[in-house]
Amino acid sequence: MTSAGEGRRGVTVAVLSTVVFFTLLAVAITHAPGWPEVRRTFFNWNQFKSSMPEISRAFLLNVKIFMIAEAFILVLALLLAVVRSLPGPVFFPMRALGIAYADFFRGVPTILVIALLGFGAPALQLSWVPLSTTFWGIVALILVYTAYVSEVYRAGIESVHPSQDAAARSLGLSHWQSLRKVVLPQAVRRVIPPLLNDFIGLQKDTALVGFLGSVEAFKQSQIDAAATFNYTPFVAAAVLFVALTIPLARFTDWLVLRDRRRRQAAGA
Amino acid sequence: MSEALVVDGVRKSFGQLEVLRGVDLAVEEHEVVCLIGASGSGKSTLLRCVNLLEPIDEGRIVVEGLEITDRGVDVNRVRRRIGIVFQAYNLFPHMSVLANVTLAPRLALRMPHAQAEAEATTLLGRFGLADKRNDYPDRLSGGQQQRVAIVRALAMKPDLMLLDEVTSALDPELVAEVLEVIRELAAAGMTMLIATHEMSFARDIADRVCFLDEGVILEQGPPEQILSEPKEPRTQQFLQRIIEAGRL
Repeated sequence: MTSAGEGRRGVTVAVLSTVVFFTLLAVAITHAPGWPEVRRTFFNWNQFKSSMPEISRAFLLNVKIFMIAEAFILVLALLLAVVRSLPGPVFFPMRALGIAYADFFRGVPTILVIALLGFGAPALQLSWVPLSTTFWGIVALILVYTAYVSEVYRAGIESVHPSQDAAARSLGLSHWQSLRKVVLPQAVRRVIPPLLNDFIGLQKDTALVGFLGSVEAFKQSQIDAAATFNYTPFVAAAVLFVALTIPLARFTDWLVLRDRRRRQAAGA
Repeated sequence: MSEALVVDGVRKSFGQLEVLRGVDLAVEEHEVVCLIGASGSGKSTLLRCVNLLEPIDEGRIVVEGLEITDRGVDVNRVRRRIGIVFQAYNLFPHMSVLANVTLAPRLALRMPHAQAEAEATTLLGRFGLADKRNDYPDRLSGGQQQRVAIVRALAMKPDLMLLDEVTSALDPELVAEVLEVIRELAAAGMTMLIATHEMSFARDIADRVCFLDEGVILEQGPPEQILSEPKEPRTQQFLQRIIEAGRL
């Protein structure tokens, strides 16, 4: 624990060193020989302003893809993790299937899953198969991220000490009751930060759906850049992605903090 | 008197290591039996076997006339009648004290919420924990946590309580409050099988003391006899070490 004086001094040093560092960085970049050209093609304010409205509109599709995919992933990944934690030889086939699934979809590059599903599934020409590229993009993201997120959940489940399950079972709770009320609540709380990490990844990977032709933020900025021979629209899209990620990160911090506070707070 | 628990020729191995090598033990209703013996002698394993947390390799265990080691026995139903308290408390850290105590009655006995809370509150009050009902386990001392763990087991109204070195993880000044709770249970007629290192407590509370050595009950009898005039050389050695450690 530092005293108040040491704390103020620490803040001052941090501010000073930050200012010095970024000033040096800015000087180095703006004095590079190619800087005027880079500034014109990547940081053109007028271009930024004119392309932003359309890219923002296209970005809503990214948000939509993200929200739909995330809702499914959260549930499916938990199911997959639970299946993989089932004890006993009876459940071996289900565990094996779960392992095969996770291995496959973590191994194949996301862009390939998107391409295979997005181009392949509609090509089957089955009347009940949707033709929407966005639909298949979302399905591909769900398949891939369910594999990743189930691993996160599984790590959480395994981090809960077996004595917790033993305590629950010894009170007469069934395996499922123990899992639902004792093991999973603790497991999920512990993995909230890594879960967020995967969701930031998912948020960014929504841009891959543009590969199928869905006009989301990246595709839209590509269109703009091609039309104007200027790359500023990419910067605009990047700004939007970052702007969505930061609130999500702070929200997770808040969730973790709230849980810790509640556990440490004295009862009313 | 009828027998609350019969352990008959129980054997249990973990891999190559045979931890229980034919244990025979009978506990009568309202009887308090203390298991003593060195670490690794099989005390904890025996308790975990009685609660079906560990499957046994050989022998049988009968609780209140029901052979619980029989195939096809509903283990959840059996465990509801047998309370166990662990050395490390094993409270659920994400739940308040009240939720810890009411969880099993609500889920396993399907007791209505209000009734479970009322009964839990009464029990907590009886053991001096009424003001802790809304606290989370992190906030409690070790002694308080262990008392909550005992209350949590009692909330299922068990016929038999198994206590697995419940004071071993506690700071010395917190041991007394937990032992006091166990004394009260004994006075109320609870049938208990207690693994313990507290020899003076065993002498005080036990109707019978069993000395476990390398997976068998080597010697048993009234506490004054086992703890003061043991017949077996192994028991004498064990107690000698305890005395040298200043624990008797």
